[in-house]
Amino acid sequence: MLEDLFSVVKTRFNGTEPNTSNVKKDVKTDIPKDLLFKCPRCSNVTFMDDFTGNAKVCPKCNYHSRISAKERIDMTFDKGSLIEFDKNMTSKNPIDFQDYEEKQESIREKTGLKDAIITGEATIRGDRVVIAVMDSRYMMASMGSVVGEKLTRAFEFATENKLPIIVFTASGGARMQEGTVSLMQMAKTSGAVARHNEAGLLYITVMTDPTTGGVTASFASLGDIIIAEPKVLIGFAGRRVIEGTIKQRLPDDFQSAEFLMEKGFVDMIVERKKIRRTLSHLLKLHQSKGGAANE
Amino acid sequence: MNNLPASERLDIVRNKFRPTVRDYIPMLFDDFFEMHGDRYYGDDGAIIGGIAYFNGTPVTVISQVKGRNLEENKASNFSMPHPEGYRKALRLAHQAEKFYRPIICLIDTPGAFCGVEAEERGQGEAIAKNLMEFMTLKTPVFSIVLGEGGSGGALALGVCDELAMLSNALYSVISPRGFASILWKDATREREACDIMKITAEDLQRLGICDYIIEEPEGGAHNNPDLVAENISSYLCDAFKRNLLKPIDELLNDRYTKFRKIGEFEENLDS
Ligand SMILES: [Zn+2]
Repeated sequence: MLEDLFSVVKTRFNGTEPNTSNVKKDVKTDIPKDLLFKCPRCSNVTFMDDFTGNAKVCPKCNYHSRISAKERIDMTFDKGSLIEFDKNMTSKNPIDFQDYEEKQESIREKTGLKDAIITGEATIRGDRVVIAVMDSRYMMASMGSVVGEKLTRAFEFATENKLPIIVFTASGGARMQEGTVSLMQMAKTSGAVARHNEAGLLYITVMTDPTTGGVTASFASLGDIIIAEPKVLIGFAGRRVIEGTIKQRLPDDFQSAEFLMEKGFVDMIVERKKIRRTLSHLLKLHQSKGGAANE
Repeated sequence: MNNLPASERLDIVRNKFRPTVRDYIPMLFDDFFEMHGDRYYGDDGAIIGGIAYFNGTPVTVISQVKGRNLEENKASNFSMPHPEGYRKALRLAHQAEKFYRPIICLIDTPGAFCGVEAEERGQGEAIAKNLMEFMTLKTPVFSIVLGEGGSGGALALGVCDELAMLSNALYSVISPRGFASILWKDATREREACDIMKITAEDLQRLGICDYIIEEPEGGAHNNPDLVAENISSYLCDAFKRNLLKPIDELLNDRYTKFRKIGEFEENLDS
């Protein structure tokens, strides 16, 4: 699954192969690399400042690049409002998978993350909301014990405190290295969603690049409202697996947010810059219910 | 119990004479009436469902269908359901809930089908819905893994009050083949993958996932299907005794907790 994902992203980018004549890269050979952003989708080169100033969306082709959970939180929720839950939770090695601890150790060092999700309570324009944000830099945000447990606790906290919850999904699926224990996290998180749902509370999913596998087949698809960022990858099976079955190449937009919306599985596609505003409106709209169901 | 490695169990569950749900239904139940279709799109041959008597008690039976020959396998898509299969399962589950019939799910699939139409019709959404709705279904649910239990496509029939496995059955997050192809970029090393994935009934009992193991005869279920049916039957009798009289709130709490406690993590308060 994970391997497929990387190839999907690559082929999709290669699919819309750039015409290099417009590319300004030659002009800027004297400028240090980290001052420039080269879009993996359209290959255009822009100043890093323009790219980051545009919420890390390619100004040329509107590619919504992957961003860290921290960046996401900063651009979406009120400044300094996050009260993080279960900050230091780390996974064990339930199936004694070789090198699992070492691999995680090195990713922790590189990313500063303890696992692939940040959960907590925050506000948007003053409205309280429970949040969970996945970070694809951590083992492609695959779901193992920690992601499952932190999400479940976040949903339980929201249910207990009669709060809405917003989950930004990004994942390669269940975490292979934790074996069947990972698979069970799908049931566990879906159970927590079920209880939040039965309490009449609002759950909004924001699908970001990539939302696939066991995450698509559990909590990600269970939002009352499902938002997706433009052009992100959303699907259950890996593209290569499907291509292997049907023995032909799939169109580039297969499993894109737009494809999912056309098929009826996404409510709206929202530009990154408008997500904070959109979420805030949706929260307000549900306030008499989602915010305080039994009052 | 003899301690066969997972790879040898893989051979046993793939043995072409291994009994399938079609063999077990007449041995386990009386008056089975098959029900068809999800009421939205179609009828998926990869999942069979219906109502029957189990020892005089009306039950709903839902199962993935392994074929015993090529023709059967074509009809059941090699036991790889499409979304409409999972939606049929959910429809029958709600029907069972309405009449407070216990549900018996038999799991026997390499995984949900990976194809264009499956994606178009929302394979992920269909599985997710089952996980969520089975969790709060107000009737007892018993799941038994008959052979291969592959990934989310198996779990979609696996949210239950008790999970039992036949002693040679396997239950994994990804097929051993898929595991090998990711880990070593070599799908042919699936037997090796099998042995490190911790996917046998004993492994999963240790991990708190499998609750009961149903014995198969030496060499596998195909050596004595009648005996296996008898063992399944006596397991189900016990499972009914344990769960059928539980107040519904308690049943649902126990079901939630069964999955809630799975996971291995540490909380380092000092760092
Ligand atoms: Zn671009």
